[in-house]
Parts: sequence; structure tokens; C-alpha cells
Amino acid sequence: MKSALVGIYTLWLRDVTRFIRDKPRIISSSVQPLLWLFVLGLGLSTAFVRGGGSDYLRFIYPGIIAMSVLFTSIFSAVSIIWDREFGFLKEVLAAPIPRWSVAIGRALGGSTVAVMQGTIVLLFAPVVGLSFTAAQLLLAFLLMFMIAFSMTSFGILIAVRMHTHEGFQVVVNFILLPMFFLSGAMFPTQKGLPVWMHVLVSIDPLSYGVDALRQTLIGNPIYPIWLDILVVVCFGAIVLAIGVWYFERNE
Amino acid sequence: MRRELKTIIEVEKLAKDYNGLAAVKGVSFEVGHGEIFGFLGPNGAGKTTTINMLCTLLRPTGGRASVNGFDVAKNRLAVRKSIGLVFQDPSLDERLTAVENLRFHGMIYGVPRLERGQRIKEVLDLVELSGRQEDLVRTFSGGMKRRLEIARGLLHRPKVLFLDEPTLGLDPQTRHHIWEYINQLRSDEGITIFLTTHYMDEAEHCVRIAIIDHGELIAIDTPQRLKEEVGGDVIVLSTEDNKRAAREIVEKFNVEVKELNGELSLQVKSGDHFMPKLIKALETRVTSISLRRPTLEDVFLNLTGRKIRDEKVEGWDQLRSRVRSQRRRAR
Repeated sequence: MKSALVGIYTLWLRDVTRFIRDKPRIISSSVQPLLWLFVLGLGLSTAFVRGGGSDYLRFIYPGIIAMSVLFTSIFSAVSIIWDREFGFLKEVLAAPIPRWSVAIGRALGGSTVAVMQGTIVLLFAPVVGLSFTAAQLLLAFLLMFMIAFSMTSFGILIAVRMHTHEGFQVVVNFILLPMFFLSGAMFPTQKGLPVWMHVLVSIDPLSYGVDALRQTLIGNPIYPIWLDILVVVCFGAIVLAIGVWYFERNE
Repeated sequence: MRRELKTIIEVEKLAKDYNGLAAVKGVSFEVGHGEIFGFLGPNGAGKTTTINMLCTLLRPTGGRASVNGFDVAKNRLAVRKSIGLVFQDPSLDERLTAVENLRFHGMIYGVPRLERGQRIKEVLDLVELSGRQEDLVRTFSGGMKRRLEIARGLLHRPKVLFLDEPTLGLDPQTRHHIWEYINQLRSDEGITIFLTTHYMDEAEHCVRIAIIDHGELIAIDTPQRLKEEVGGDVIVLSTEDNKRAAREIVEKFNVEVKELNGELSLQVKSGDHFMPKLIKALETRVTSISLRRPTLEDVFLNLTGRKIRDEKVEGWDQLRSRVRSQRRRAR
């Protein structure tokens, strides 16, 4: 048991060390959500005002936090492919620690990094004209972590099954972007959508994460918060379990 | 206290089957404490598969093996704690510094925190990388990376150090250097070393070697005795008509002649006396002739009728390392 905990801690520490060291990555991955938020948010808000909507910038703000968390999570998990390519994975798989602790350590490391990225977006709340109570912030952090953990686990499952980095673009186009677009991060999904799209929105686990963040930070819930949390946590638990199973069988 | 085992690695009919394709066909051998034991054979002979089974990275499909008294299939974590590994391909985190790579290794191998710093310093000194310890590994040359990996493999004071082709793709000077470390390790730390190689000259450094071909052990002994078995000296000659010369030699001297790559080779006792007689007796004109002590290459040739390194394999090695370095640059 001790070796498992040490394994989890070491793999977590590695991810965090690499993140903190990589200043260009921090800057570029912080600028990207801000671009989305301000350029797209301000640009599209005129269209929304004409349509009789409220402040679009505030609407997408929780969505952009979720986006930041989603992309960071998946990207850090997918670095397992790089580890395989560059051999480091072998060092870890040959170590006297259980395989599942490697997967959990990576999931926690990726989640921590993703929460840090989400926090950077959270810091821009005053610019959007929002202010939060301590309780709101605490809940937002918990939600970011849950979303991050379940998305990193999802990324690990993808990475374990994928053996080349060429396949990564496929994952971005066929999984990541649809998941993001259908999550309600950028536009309201309650009404007016075609039925097929509504179905896709309902089965997208990220929809529930975005909803949870949005109702915590600015209100307007679609689902009850307990359902949001339940879906995110269950999805994370299931993909992590499958990922670990594949990881254990990996020779 | 645990009784010191006389043999540290015991392998009995170990086999590995990949969906009906036998990569290792039931090999048996033992390695003694403090030995430098070499696994010699051409690429694809089953060297890496065997080493991976001993390191618990692959599950055997037959037979059994134990390392440091622990069964490699049943007690994997205990085996892993007893061994150090240097893989054929680099396995460092290039975005971390040398010290960070070692620190993480020390953590996951359970080296106590108090001891860790001191031990990291020791192993870095051993491979002469102390001056570069705070640099990112991605700035290291191939030889430096390999040295760092050897340091890492030793960090947790393993009983056995496994080296899979430790000098593959390195220049001769670095190869020589790495062998100095290996010999020093054996005398300083009393560690057992198990290595694979397809370089004949490297196999000469080993206390004992096992020759493996097509997944089977075909010989196991000290390099000296294996060479003695070849029987005397090796004479290599080329002539204007090799076929005719070969026939002549068999008729006149009754020794076996092998033809390979346009040259004839024969093995005789006291070749220095035999050579003048040979030249005099041959009616076919000799264009070149040389005499040498048998090498492990001759041993392999004798046992299999082939040379150990064929050109195709060499080309593949080069291609592989080129692809790797391109990928690295692309990142």
C-alpha cells in the first residue's frame, strides 16, 4: 500500500513540476481561453443582444473555465503517448509500484494542472463584472477538480488505447471538439435545438460539468446540481476503471 | 539474516510464445553472485524477450525463473526492487533535470529520503555527470543519457543490474567509457551484471557468456573456453579460384573449409607452422592470407554457420536511431 501511495505522489509531483517549469506553456494556454472569452465573447454578444439575450460575456464565462479545464486535462493525459514514445513510460511500468497507482497518479497530476489553468480564468472574473462569495468559490474549485479528474481519466483511457501521436488529431476532431461544442459552454442548450442535437447534448458528460459551474457562478440551472455532480463523478469513475484495466494488461 | 544465495538468477526452461510464435524456446541457465554475464546473439534471437521476462515486464508462457530468490511471475514487486534496469532505448524524462530524474527514481524505488541525496551524488560522481546535474536531460548527448540511465539503474542499490545493449548506437570512445563503469561497479559494489549485446568485443568483457540463436541457448561458458573449443587458430585466405582451393585443402590436409563472403576460413592447431606449408602445397594462387586467434565471432560461426551481424540488421539499427532522433527534434 505504501508503494502505491508513493507511486501516486511521485507521478503527481512529476506532472506539477513539468507544468510549473514550462512557462511558455502556461502563458499560451492562459492566453487561449482569454481570446475565446474576450474576442469571441464580445464579438458575439452584439448578436445576442439583438436576439434579446442577456450578457453573453457572462454567459460563456463558466463555459470558458470548463473549456480550459477540459483541454488541459485531455492534453496532460495524452502526454502518456509521448512518454511511451520517449521511453519514460517503460521506466514507470518497470518500477516496483502497482500499475493502478501510476494511472491514478497521472490522473491527479493532470487534474491539478487543469485546476490551475481554470483558476487563471477564474481570476478574470472582475473584468467580466462578476464577483463571488467564498462559498461560490469553494464550490467552483471542487467542481473544477471533479471535471478535471473525470476528463483526465477519459484522456488516460484514450492514451492507453492509442499508440501513436498521429491519432491524437483524430481524437481532437472526433471527441474533444464535439464534446466541447455540445456542452452548452458557448450557447444555451435548453430549448430551440433539433432533437438529435438535444440528445447529443444530454449524453455529453461535459454538459453537466458546464451546467454545474454555470449555476454555481451565475445561476440559471438546467439540471439539479446533484445530478450534475453525479454524472461527472460517475463518468470519471467508469472511464478511470476501464483505463486502469487496460493499463494493467499492457505488456 | 537471509542466507546469501550462491546463484542470483535461476532460469529453468523459460519460454515465451507470441500467439503461437515462439520467441524464446525453453532456456535454462544460472548466474552466480558478482558475475558479469553476457547474453550474445543476433538481433531477434530472443535476448530482449528473455531480459524482459527476468525483469517482470513480460510474463513467461512456460518454465520458471527467479531473481535474487524471488519468482519473476509470482513475486514481481520483490524482483523489481532487487534489480536495476538500463533499457535498449532511452527512458528518461527529457523535460526534467538529471537530478530530478534520479530523485523520482529514488522515490518510486523506496530509497529513504535521508539517504537519497547522498546516493544521488555518489552515482552522479560515478558516471561523471555531477557538473551537469541541474541541466535538463534534453540537452544531453546520447552517451550522457546512457550514463545517466546507468546511474539511475544503480541508485537503489540493486542486486542485479540488467543492461540491454548498453552501448548500442554509441561511439567507440563512449562505449569504452561505459565498460570502465561496468567493471568498476563490479569491483566497488559487488553487483551482478546481466547484459545483452551483439558486439563480439563487448562479450569478451564478460565472465561468462551464453550464446542464443532463434530463441535457444546454443552455448554457455567463459569466452576463453568457448574460443578454445573452436580448436586452434583461424586462417583466412582468398585465392583466384576459391572452389578449387577448397577442394585442394580438403584433399591434401583433411581439414574442414568454410566459404563466406568470398573468403575461405579454416581452423588448425598451431597455424604459424601450418601457413607456410599450405601456401607451398596449394596449386591455386593465393591472393591474400591471414592468421588470427579465434574470436567469439568464430565461435558463433562454428555453432551456427552464420556470422552474427548481417548487414540488413545493421541498416535497421541505423534507420531506427535516425527515426528516433528526428522525432525528438520534431517535438
